[in-house]
Amino acid sequence: MTVALRTENISKHYGSGPDAVTAVDNVTFEVAEGEFVALVGPSGSGKTSLLAMLAGLLTPSDGKILIEGQDMGRMSDRRRTQFRRKAIGFTFQSNNLVPYLTAQDNVELMLRLNGKHTKSTRARAAELLERLGLGSRLDHFPSELSGGQQQRVAIARALIHEPAVVLADEPTASLDTTLAHQVVETFAHLIHEQRRAGIMVTHDLRMTRYVDRVIQMKDGKLNRILTERHEIDALSQQGM
Amino acid sequence: MAFYLAFKEIWHSRGRYLLIAGIVALITTLVLFIAALAEGLGNGNREYLQKLNGELIVYQQGVDLSISASRLGRSTLAAVRRVEGVAQAGQVNFSSSTLVFSDGREALDVSLVGVEPGLPGEPPAFQGNNLSRGRANEAILDRNTALRANLQVGDTIVVKSTQGTEEKQYPLAVTGITDGRQYFLQPSIFVPMQTWEKVRPGGGEIPAGSELVSNIIAVRLADPAQLPAVQARLLAEVSDIETADRTTAYEATPGYSAQQSTLNTQRYFTLLIGILVIGGFFQIQTLQKIAQIGMLKAIGTTNGIVALAAIVQIVAVNTLGVLIGAAGSLLLSLTFPVQVPIVFTPNAVIASVLALLIIGPLGGLVSVWALSRVEPLRALGLAQ
Repeated sequence: MTVALRTENISKHYGSGPDAVTAVDNVTFEVAEGEFVALVGPSGSGKTSLLAMLAGLLTPSDGKILIEGQDMGRMSDRRRTQFRRKAIGFTFQSNNLVPYLTAQDNVELMLRLNGKHTKSTRARAAELLERLGLGSRLDHFPSELSGGQQQRVAIARALIHEPAVVLADEPTASLDTTLAHQVVETFAHLIHEQRRAGIMVTHDLRMTRYVDRVIQMKDGKLNRILTERHEIDALSQQGM
Repeated sequence: MAFYLAFKEIWHSRGRYLLIAGIVALITTLVLFIAALAEGLGNGNREYLQKLNGELIVYQQGVDLSISASRLGRSTLAAVRRVEGVAQAGQVNFSSSTLVFSDGREALDVSLVGVEPGLPGEPPAFQGNNLSRGRANEAILDRNTALRANLQVGDTIVVKSTQGTEEKQYPLAVTGITDGRQYFLQPSIFVPMQTWEKVRPGGGEIPAGSELVSNIIAVRLADPAQLPAVQARLLAEVSDIETADRTTAYEATPGYSAQQSTLNTQRYFTLLIGILVIGGFFQIQTLQKIAQIGMLKAIGTTNGIVALAAIVQIVAVNTLGVLIGAAGSLLLSLTFPVQVPIVFTPNAVIASVLALLIIGPLGGLVSVWALSRVEPLRALGLAQ
C-alpha cells in the first residue's frame, strides 16, 4: 500500500495569546493510493481548516503535510500553487465551475493549467464526462446544467489531470438524496479505479457508506478513525 | 491561458462587454469632438497669424498686444525696415465686413484684412495670382470663404459696408485663393491697403498727403534664428512699439486662451470620467466574480494569470470602444457643414486616441489589484 498523503502532528491556531483559537489540534493520519476517506464531524470541529491545509491553501501552525513524499510547508507560494494544480484535484460545495466555460472546457481547464492540453487529453476529457453520464452535455454551460450534473463535471475536472490526491468539500450539500448518492458513488468508483487518494469532507453521514475509512473530528482533534466495514455502515445508518 | 480565459469570458458575456465598449465609444466621440472643436475654434482665431509669412509682429506700445487697439503709421514702418536683420516689413489692417450676393446666396460675414501686395502680411495665392498693386480692386480669399460662398478665381465679390449712415457696395475681383487663413473666428478676404481703407466700414478715400495707418506691422527677418536679437534691436531703435512672435500674438487675441483652456478642461474631465466609468465597470465585475476567482486560484491558477486575464479584457474592450468611437466620429464629421468649426487634425486625433487607450488600463488598475487580493480560501468559504 503506497501512502499518497500523510500528515504529521498538524495544528492550526488562529490569533495569538489568550484569544488564540485552535481549529486543528495535533492531527496525524495518512491516506493511501486508491483509498477513499470521509472526514466527518460537527460544525466547528476543524474539518474545513484541515481540508484547507491538505490543499495547501492554509499553512499549518505546526506539523507537516506530505503529498507524494513532498512537504508542502517547505515550498514557496509559487511552487505550492504549481504543486497544487499538478498533484491535487478539487471539488467544492458551490461555485465549482467557471460559468463562461462549457462542461468540457471546465474539465480541460486543469489540462490547460498543467500544460497537458492535447488532442488525446481532450478526447479523454470527453470520455470521462461520457462515463459520468454527461455525453450529451459537453457543450453546455454550467447555468444549463443541474446541480448534480455540475458536481459530476467538477469530479471530472478534479480527476482529469491524474492528481495524487482528490479533495472534495461537501460535494452533496446542494443535492437531493438520490443525486447525492449517485454523485458520491460515482466519485468513489473513480477514486478506486484510478488509484487516487480521495478525501471527502461531509456533514451527511449517509455518504460514508461509499468510503473505505472515516475520520471523525471533534474540537479540532482526531476523535476516532473507523476502518471496519460494519462500523462505517453503522455510522452511515445513523445519518438515515 | 490568460488570453484563453479573458476571451472566453468576453465572448460568453458579449452583450455586457459590448455595452461597456459602446460607452467607451461615446466617451471617445465626446473627447474627439471636444478636441476637434478646440482645434476648429483655435484655428478660427489664430490661423492667419499662425501662417503669417513673417516671424515678428510689431504693435503700438502700451496696447498689451491688442491688434484692434494698435495704430502704427508709415514713419514707424520705415523705422522698422531700417533695423538690422529685418528683411521686409508690411502693414496689416483688420476689420469686419459682409459679402453679399445677387443670386440669393446667403450673405457671409468675413474678416477684411488689408495688406501690402508683395510684402509680409499678404498670404500666398495657391490658386490664381497674388494682389497686383496697392489700389487694385482685387481680393484674395481664404479657403473657407471660397468654400462657404462657392467662389472661384475670376469671380467678382461684393463687399457691403456702412460709410457714415450710408450702406455701400464695392465689387472686387477674386485674383487668388489661399489656404485656411481665418481671423477672429471668421473666414477672411485680403485686399490691398488702399482698397481696404476705401471699403472698410467707416472708411473712404484717403485724403492726399495723409499717412497710411495700420494695426500691426508684419516683419520678415533675414535670419529667423536671430529673432531674439532683432526683437531687442527693434525695441531699442524704434520708439513707441512692442513686438511679439506669432505664437505670442495669437495667444494674446481676445478670448483665445480662455477658450482653449475651457475646452481643454472639458477634454481632461471627459478622460477622467472615462477612467471612472471603466474602473467602475470592471470593479463591479470583480466583486461579482470573487467566489469564482477564489475557486480558480484554489485549483492552481496563479495571480499572474488572473491579473493578466483582467488586463487583457480591459485593454480589448477599451480598444474596441476607442476604435468604434474614433471611426464613428470621423464618419460623423463628414456630415458637418463647412461653417461648423470642427477640425480633426492627425496630431490631435492621435493624442486623444492614445490618451483614451491609456485610461482603460488606468481605470482597471483597482480591479486588477482587487483580483490579486482574492484569497483561494474563498473557495472553501474561508478567508484569513
